[in-house]
Amino acid sequence: MELILFYIASAVAILATVFALTRSNAAHALIYLIVSLLAVAVIFFLLGAPFAAALEVVIYAGAIMVLFVFVIMMLNLGEEGDQRERQRMHPAVWIGPSILSAVLLIEMLLVIVKLDGPQTGALIGAKQVGLTLFGPYVLAVEIASMLLLAGLVGAYHVGRRFRLSEPAESSTGDSSEKGAKKSTDNQEQA
Amino acid sequence: MEGLAIPLNHILIVATLLFISGLAGIMFRRNIIFILMSLEVMLNSAGLAFVAAGTAWEQADGQVIFMLILAVAAAEVSVGLGLVLQIQRRFRTLDMDQATRLNS
Repeated sequence: MELILFYIASAVAILATVFALTRSNAAHALIYLIVSLLAVAVIFFLLGAPFAAALEVVIYAGAIMVLFVFVIMMLNLGEEGDQRERQRMHPAVWIGPSILSAVLLIEMLLVIVKLDGPQTGALIGAKQVGLTLFGPYVLAVEIASMLLLAGLVGAYHVGRRFRLSEPAESSTGDSSEKGAKKSTDNQEQA
Repeated sequence: MEGLAIPLNHILIVATLLFISGLAGIMFRRNIIFILMSLEVMLNSAGLAFVAAGTAWEQADGQVIFMLILAVAAAEVSVGLGLVLQIQRRFRTLDMDQATRLNS
């Protein structure tokens, strides 16, 4: 039973990934990519890793994909936004992802009704993961926090320079501005 | 390895197929947003392999490494999308073949 569910979820994941990476419109590709991540979450759940499945849905399909949506919406700002929005409502756009995610929904209902939860081998819950994470892997947690801090500072830096260089269209003016700023910094240090 | 009802080989095959599609996406697409999406797919398939192996040996280490992969993916995609905005502002395009020089 769970083998068949696993094969269906794997087929959905691979199909949605291939569809996502062959679209021409980035927003349509994003919908397929979210379906692919949800299918991988179903595979995690069937494997007996419910905590990883929840993290996959919350962080990957939630937070990271929302970042992509923000950037695509910012890039699409223009006069053709309304026309794009009308095109997004067209059934040909959402019928494919809807069918794939309906398959995943049916699988989830089957698991809940028929199997009384996943019974595929060892169940490794959140408590065991937490004990391992803050036991032998506590140094890795610190390194991950440093990495996230570096990502935060890097994203802030890129975004700040993006706003500063907005009035200066030519790159030469921008670089001279940067050079002047660097020289003043050096003077301050001296 | 008898704790796993699903054969480990099949899960690894699925992870390999996901990784290959992500790699093909990086090689064949030239839009930087699609390149970032392909990177996400590749990281996700690596996480799938880790979780499958961790469940096969009934250890929680696989899920711990998956969480670290999540942190790496979040940091990478935030910096990458900031760079996407910068590139779109500078070059007026998302085609990576147009943006081949670091200082232009």
